[in-house]
Amino acid sequence: MESRRDSRNETSVWRSVDWLTISVYICLLAFGWVSVCGASYDFSQQGDIFSFEARSGMQIIWIGTSLLLGFVIMMLDDRIYDTLAYLIYAFMLVLLFITPFLARDIKGSYSWIKIGPFSFQAAEFAKCATALALAKFMSAYGYQITRWKHFLPTLAIIMVPIILIILQKETGSALVYLSFFLMLYREGMPGSILFAGVSAVVYFVVGVRFEDVMVGHTPTSVGEFTVFLLIFFFSLGMVNVYCSNSSLVRRILGYGLGIIAVAVLFSVFVIPFDMSWVVLAVCVAMVAYLVYLFLRDRLKSYLYIAGFALGSLMFFYSVDFVLNQVLDDHQRVRINVLLGLEEDLAGAGYNVNQAKIAIGSGGLMGKGFLNGTQTKLRYVPEQDTDFIFCTVGEEEGFWGASVVLLLFLVLILRLIYLSERQPYTFGRVYGYCVMSIFLFHLFINVGMVLGLTPVIGIPLPFFSYGGSSLWGFTILLFIFLRIDAGRNRIRRF
Amino acid sequence: MPNYELEKRKFVIGGIAVAIVLVYILRLFALQIMSDDYKKNADSNALLKQIQYPARGTISDRNGKLMVYNQPAYDVMVVMMEQKGVDTLDLCQSLGITKEFYEKRMSEIKDRSRNRGYSPYTQQLFMGQLSSEEFCAFQEKLFRFPGFYVQRRSIRQYKTSHAAHVLGDVGEVSPADVEADDYYNGGDYIGKLGIERAYEKQLRGEKGIQVLLRDAHGRIKGRYQNGLHDTQTVPGKNLTLGIDADLQALGERLMEGKIGSIVAIEPSTGEVLCMVSSPTYDPRMMIGRQRGHNHLALSRDPMKPLLNRSIMGQYPPGSTFKTSQALTFLQEGIITTKTLYPCSMGFRYRGLHVGCHAHPAPIALIPAISTSCNAYFCWGLYYMFSNREKYPTVQDAMTRWKDYMVSMGFGYKLGIDLPGEKRGMIPNAPYYDKAYRGSWNGLTVISIAIGQGEVNLTPLQIANLCATIANRGYFITPHVVKEIEGEALDAQYTQRRYTMVSPENYELVVQGMRSAVLHGTCRGANLPGLDVCGKTGTAENKGQDHSVFMGFAPMNNPKIAVSVYVENGKWGATFGVPIGALMIEQYLNGKLSEQSEKKAEEFQNRHIEYGEQER
Repeated sequence: MESRRDSRNETSVWRSVDWLTISVYICLLAFGWVSVCGASYDFSQQGDIFSFEARSGMQIIWIGTSLLLGFVIMMLDDRIYDTLAYLIYAFMLVLLFITPFLARDIKGSYSWIKIGPFSFQAAEFAKCATALALAKFMSAYGYQITRWKHFLPTLAIIMVPIILIILQKETGSALVYLSFFLMLYREGMPGSILFAGVSAVVYFVVGVRFEDVMVGHTPTSVGEFTVFLLIFFFSLGMVNVYCSNSSLVRRILGYGLGIIAVAVLFSVFVIPFDMSWVVLAVCVAMVAYLVYLFLRDRLKSYLYIAGFALGSLMFFYSVDFVLNQVLDDHQRVRINVLLGLEEDLAGAGYNVNQAKIAIGSGGLMGKGFLNGTQTKLRYVPEQDTDFIFCTVGEEEGFWGASVVLLLFLVLILRLIYLSERQPYTFGRVYGYCVMSIFLFHLFINVGMVLGLTPVIGIPLPFFSYGGSSLWGFTILLFIFLRIDAGRNRIRRF
Repeated sequence: MPNYELEKRKFVIGGIAVAIVLVYILRLFALQIMSDDYKKNADSNALLKQIQYPARGTISDRNGKLMVYNQPAYDVMVVMMEQKGVDTLDLCQSLGITKEFYEKRMSEIKDRSRNRGYSPYTQQLFMGQLSSEEFCAFQEKLFRFPGFYVQRRSIRQYKTSHAAHVLGDVGEVSPADVEADDYYNGGDYIGKLGIERAYEKQLRGEKGIQVLLRDAHGRIKGRYQNGLHDTQTVPGKNLTLGIDADLQALGERLMEGKIGSIVAIEPSTGEVLCMVSSPTYDPRMMIGRQRGHNHLALSRDPMKPLLNRSIMGQYPPGSTFKTSQALTFLQEGIITTKTLYPCSMGFRYRGLHVGCHAHPAPIALIPAISTSCNAYFCWGLYYMFSNREKYPTVQDAMTRWKDYMVSMGFGYKLGIDLPGEKRGMIPNAPYYDKAYRGSWNGLTVISIAIGQGEVNLTPLQIANLCATIANRGYFITPHVVKEIEGEALDAQYTQRRYTMVSPENYELVVQGMRSAVLHGTCRGANLPGLDVCGKTGTAENKGQDHSVFMGFAPMNNPKIAVSVYVENGKWGATFGVPIGALMIEQYLNGKLSEQSEKKAEEFQNRHIEYGEQER
């Protein structure tokens, strides 16, 4: 009796697998196929959408093989991933390393390996391998993320594929790995690191966007002034949280704002001068005072906060250097267009503008399946890969696009729930990695189509045309579903 | 061991996901629901509205003679993507252009700032309006120039060189035209002058639209919804003019080498029979590729050939104006047929002297019109303006006088169906109050009685005065278009406009004008059997006087009223009368007699020397 039940559990993962996730997955695949049909359909050819000549036909093959792949993964033992994690990771690193030597130049990137009639992108599969390696490493006995000895190798596991992918000139795919920081945060990385990351983005955007805007008639750059003020406020906020010394915060805030207010009044009404220097001086004075407090009270938080403020200042000054010296021209243009510094509708802004036109023309209910004019007539470049969400917006309208976004939200929230119910760290870490990757892809891909995030060429999971990305996401998801399906059996052992 | 403190972080992460999706849905809402701009943008992006041009209406004269019609012209188009590898030298030779022109055009086409709709995949205009001969020569070699195409368009063509001012011309729309009327797009043609402009709406027809789908490269991908939204072209309406082409031709012949105007009106209908403005130009200069160049040359000509003097020239009417004065004085009871006024070589009163010529005096109305006595009309005006029983002040008298003038169609635009008409000038009381600071009387303004001074009329207004007399008291607003195919004329061109003077008084003036032809100043217009009535005018001028004539015939049941104005033509009898007589003869007899033909030739060759002064 006992053994029969056991064996049924052993063989039938289908009872314990999370069918909600699979349903959402199937829905997204179906929606995705419809969109690829819409995006690659050609009015003049009036072709059969099921023909394998067309991309919509090919996508059926990719969807079919993905389902098969998912089935195979479900039939495999879930314990092999724990065992083979490092091996898979090492294999992927080798593959990533040799890719640039084998690949041909496709739109400036060297990331596609051609095997027979098919070509695939190793970077799509490396995400999964990296997630497994992270899960394996972080689930080791005695692992503590707060210890540098453990944290630095974790970073290394993330950074090595990033560097290899950047060497392939696929910056977009490389950035995806940054999403693992969300998982690290869940696993106990101090929130301040995440906060510092967000702060860096805010400094960057504000600083670059408003660099040439002046406060009134004074020679003060709004960008600089605001960034320094933000550093001041962020630092004080951290003092408030980590040192629980609100009287100190009030004192510094009072003096600081007082000085700045006097400076602003003087600059506006008496002699115009660059007020950002005053704010900078206030920040530096605050840093000095915090260092003094550290020396007096021996409370390390003061030093960290001082370091944060100083680091912020250094970061801000290095942004300009990075923009002009490090980034490629096309990346700099993309950043400038996103920030509204350049209006180049025929050049870099063309994609985004056309995407907005396509989506905007969809209205509430959309134009209907295969009735979109913008996407089909190839106004939107990359319409069936990176800009596939345009087709959803144009043909399915506001309702369709919202449903797609909500489906993704359900998937992501469900993955969080599933991750949290894992009995072992391995499953949880891997689950959070999967969730983070989906969230990042959704955030960047839909954001760029809507003109809210920079144009970074990464696919929308299950929607963008292509075998590599579809297989990659399917493997990523189903390995986690397989691990999740095995949770009960593992617990009994 | 699960760490419950860290597990709470799932809410932060979940919160981030929810926030991102929420922001994106709001953004979608803003793009798709709140704003209509993107939808409009999309339509203009993907739907190409291919315009089908209708044939413009033709124009014929009152006898059905075709005057303006359409002729095919050929535009040379180029598709940049396909034209690579063309032998440019061969191409330039075939089109008769220079290599520089070729290169200039090519760079102009590619310049997106100038050619906004540029796409290397679509046809771009390389060279406009090839004639049929040029086209034939080019067509033979077309196969050698891949990427070059020929597109048929239709342009205007004119049967004769006459009536340029009336017919007007057609040119490319200006940005202002496009702005003012949604119907037009850049590159469309629009009537620029004359009836081409005045009847643009009737002549142009309705464009048809074929809605086509096109991709981002501008390539056509088929018809949108199988032509559901397409519209058919409606051809323009044909116009028939009141103009008599032969009369117009004669008028232009007679006015050669002179500056001035001839206007003839059919009194019973108000139809303009001819409208000559001299100097004129050949309307055929205004078609094809030379239009811009020729138009510029004409607009720079000091003789101002582009000016339609018949409706834009404002001249002192001279003695022809005396008829209107006679009518006013009769109607106001200032004079009767029996009233006699003195004339001793002119009007002399309180030191004021208006000259006149030798004739028996004192003089009554009809002989006064016949001999064109200045003194008679000056006295008439003087007695009217100083009649304090009838008019409490001189201003009241002036206002009354002005009302008469306005009722005869002076001082305001008559409302002819041609653009650019001028209103002339009829002074009123406030005008003189301002000019003389309130201190003026009938003597101050006495010259208005003889059509001098402040009074200015257009030649059309003079002809209309003549038509009104011929009609004995009313006129119909003059108009050049007699019939519009399938459409009624505007009501104002069929309604009679009565003046303030009764028909009996008109009859007296008619007798005066008949007398002028029989034994007065217009004896040169005495055509046997045609019963011509006329009135000369010699309008005083800084230089040589202007020669003016107006006349109508026959006296009863008149068929034509004509005004002739020849700048610096000396006496009315020098040019005005003979030219007017020839015009009347031509119209009423349909041809000139042999003797008249000789006379016409003589006048055609009698040119007036005009100085270099600005006109």
